Amino acid sequence: MTETAPIPTKTQRASTLVLDGVEVPFQDGESLYQVAQRHRSEVPTLCYDPRLDAFGACRLCVVEVEGFRTPVASCTTRAAAGMKVRTRTDALEQHRKTLLELVASESRDSGDAHGKGTPGHVDPLRGYASQELATLTARYAVDGTRFAGAHSGRSHREDDNPFLLRDYDLCISCYRCVRVCAEREGDHAISVANRGFHTQITTEFGGKLLDSSCTFCGQCVQTCPTGALADRKAMRNAGQPGELTKTRTVCPYCGVGCSVDIVTRGERIVAVQPAMDGPANEGALCVKGQFAWDHVQHPERLKTPLVRDAAGRLVPASWDEALGRAAAGFAKALREHGDESIYAIASGRAPHESAYTIQKLIRAAAGTNFVDNCSRA
Amino acid sequence: MSNPLRDMDKPETIFCIGTNMTECHPVAATRIKRAVAKGAHLIVADPRRIPLVEYAELYLPIRVGSDVALLLAMAHVIEREGLVDEEFVAARTQDFAAFREHVRRFTPEWAESICQVPAADIARAARLYGGASRAAIYYTLGITEHICGVDNVQSLCNLALMTGNLGKEGAGINPMRGQNNIQGAGDCGAIPANFPGFQACDDPANAAKFAKLYGRPIQARKGITKVHALERATDGRIRAMLICGENTVVSDPDRHHCEKALNSLDHLVVIDVFPTETTALADVVLPATAWGETDGVYTNTERRVQRVRAAVPPQGEARPDWWIVSQIGRRLGLPGFEYEAARDVFDELCSVSPIYAGLDWDRIEDGAYQWPVPDRNHPGTPILHVGEFKNGRGRFNVISYRDPAEVVDAEYPVWLTTGRRLEAYHTRTMSGRAAGMDYLLNEETVEVHPDNVRAWGLSDGGFARVTSRRGSIVVRVEATPQSPRGTVFCSFSFGDVPVNVLTGGGYDPVTTTAELKVCPVRVEPCAAPVPTA
Repeated sequence: MTETAPIPTKTQRASTLVLDGVEVPFQDGESLYQVAQRHRSEVPTLCYDPRLDAFGACRLCVVEVEGFRTPVASCTTRAAAGMKVRTRTDALEQHRKTLLELVASESRDSGDAHGKGTPGHVDPLRGYASQELATLTARYAVDGTRFAGAHSGRSHREDDNPFLLRDYDLCISCYRCVRVCAEREGDHAISVANRGFHTQITTEFGGKLLDSSCTFCGQCVQTCPTGALADRKAMRNAGQPGELTKTRTVCPYCGVGCSVDIVTRGERIVAVQPAMDGPANEGALCVKGQFAWDHVQHPERLKTPLVRDAAGRLVPASWDEALGRAAAGFAKALREHGDESIYAIASGRAPHESAYTIQKLIRAAAGTNFVDNCSRA
Repeated sequence: MSNPLRDMDKPETIFCIGTNMTECHPVAATRIKRAVAKGAHLIVADPRRIPLVEYAELYLPIRVGSDVALLLAMAHVIEREGLVDEEFVAARTQDFAAFREHVRRFTPEWAESICQVPAADIARAARLYGGASRAAIYYTLGITEHICGVDNVQSLCNLALMTGNLGKEGAGINPMRGQNNIQGAGDCGAIPANFPGFQACDDPANAAKFAKLYGRPIQARKGITKVHALERATDGRIRAMLICGENTVVSDPDRHHCEKALNSLDHLVVIDVFPTETTALADVVLPATAWGETDGVYTNTERRVQRVRAAVPPQGEARPDWWIVSQIGRRLGLPGFEYEAARDVFDELCSVSPIYAGLDWDRIEDGAYQWPVPDRNHPGTPILHVGEFKNGRGRFNVISYRDPAEVVDAEYPVWLTTGRRLEAYHTRTMSGRAAGMDYLLNEETVEVHPDNVRAWGLSDGGFARVTSRRGSIVVRVEATPQSPRGTVFCSFSFGDVPVNVLTGGGYDPVTTTAELKVCPVRVEPCAAPVPTA
């Protein structure tokens, strides 16, 4: 997660603390992690998502605070005036590396072609945050061998839903999925069972998501830092060649206007991911916005203009012929039946440029206001 | 919406009426759930026990089409119990005296006889809404798709005005728009009453302005709505029609009437991305670029103007709508259709629309603006009506309850109400072609209360024939307490269950919006349909 905490506004009294030797301001209620992140101290985390309440589970974000006997988790420690905080000492880095070695011992080979053989590496199509563990194991040069042994989490291979791959073999028990479902979605569809090596993310009665209160919004997938929860639909495109590119746009379904990134490889759409900084949705999506995107390159798309032939069948035509026929029909009606004989219905699904040109066409061609859109039904 | 989406966790009381938000605007609903978790009072009024009810402090299961009665009685209690914001009413509204006198007649006990919810609950709703320092109303088509849709909306306005819940954070009247750019279609002037930017057509100055811009005289009076246009197609006064991106045949009420209207035309041109029941009736079908292939602009439900971007090349020979329409314009010999890119069109819109005057293609890059943005130095308007109303004072409307166009009787004894489901979108031209959606929802059902299933001789999972004054459909039965006794529900998403064969009993006299939420029907057991094809 790269989102930064808001900068204190002038109306809020800013106190200061010393961060790695530099005096910096903070606002009441901020955590040390938020302060550090805003000042670009690269404090690592795995259980942190800026949209969720701080959880303090992974302990990677520990920092030293002068006067404190032991390092503290920066995500759950409130900033206080005059604190002297160190985020990058040799002891902290060694501590973090050891913790990561423990985490990496949990991680197993994802089987993904992408980054094969490196601990934590998974195909980025698995989800928005799926590269977080792999990025940290690379940064700290960690492999999974030092504490190799028992694992927690067992993949739920019986769940045949088409959207959410429940590959819990890769789970590191950060609980981000559980927390996003409860805190952001209010659905409480998933929970944690057992402790220690028996820890398992699960639904009520351990069944399929379809039989739970899950709405398939995909938020658990997109916050998962290891790809243990993965976008199964996107993963079907894992073999698609080409660079992975993201294009920022807005969801085509309801009127909320959630920002999304269309993920493409070459000329194929391979996934949709939420835009964490989308003003309307702040990273949230629903099942349609998240998973119902493949109509775009569906084989049933209309690909050529069609005109009705003498036998009454719709047959393919050139653009020139079809546009000529389209215009001629309107010209004939105007000529023979007057200005009030033509009408247009614009779309509530198409962009502004569609609706604007359609209303202009009617007003410029007929001089009437005989135009509407589909808002009445 | 008068207020922004990010305001949704700020009200002390949230009043959701006629909005199945968790299914139709799921991401907005997450904000309501979070507000409730933080302690907001949630009132839900809806004939169906929709999922949002599980989060509500107070649920009002009103009879379909009885909203005005409920809202009158709430106004009555607010007035009777001294919850009127007298300062706001005096400073910013007009015609309150007549309204105050009017609502004194409509007690919760009176409303109980119409709405079929306890008077005490209506009074409690009024106190929760009227007693809050910040109370927000959210509604959707459950309010507007009635013969009294305008009355319903104005009744909500009355409540907000009398309690001072407009022009401030965490308050307001917030219609949740159902389609990605339905707000934008209105913004652009694709409506019979307004030029772009909601400049009234019946104002001669506006007609003159656009006559000059578009190069020919334009009538200084409102055009006609789609419903009237379809009537005029049937009787031969309208001869040629352009339909863009709408499966009119399936989505509109009274399907048989609609098909007859479109078949009566001399000339029907349809622009769309898929073949539909509507393109099948066209003389010319023009293939448009789809979402993900098109650069352009949408306006969302909170009036936020946002860019959409092409990520992949078009399928086949598909072209953007603006190009297609401009080519028709040029072939009709019209000036002003020489656009080279979507940005040319949008920038022209900004130049003719006062609410977009401060915007252009580059300035909306980050989606930072909510209209109106009257000039370049304006930050946009997240909250409407702060300090003043655009037209002076907020006017109270004296409104009375009317029965729906058709009411239940011996022949059609059951209320049918229609709507949408989470896992399908409208007529499924898009969501029905997305792999995996079938796993969640693969056919339409009629939702019937378990007691009614037994009483009417139906079986859960069996089939029923549902018949209205206009037609009949066969649909699988789903027994669920989500439907109240005596009311059944269907969505219009599945082509093999064309529920709009049944609907269309009446229209709002002002907007001609169809009463899609109320349709008396008869429900009878029947054999499974014989598959076609």
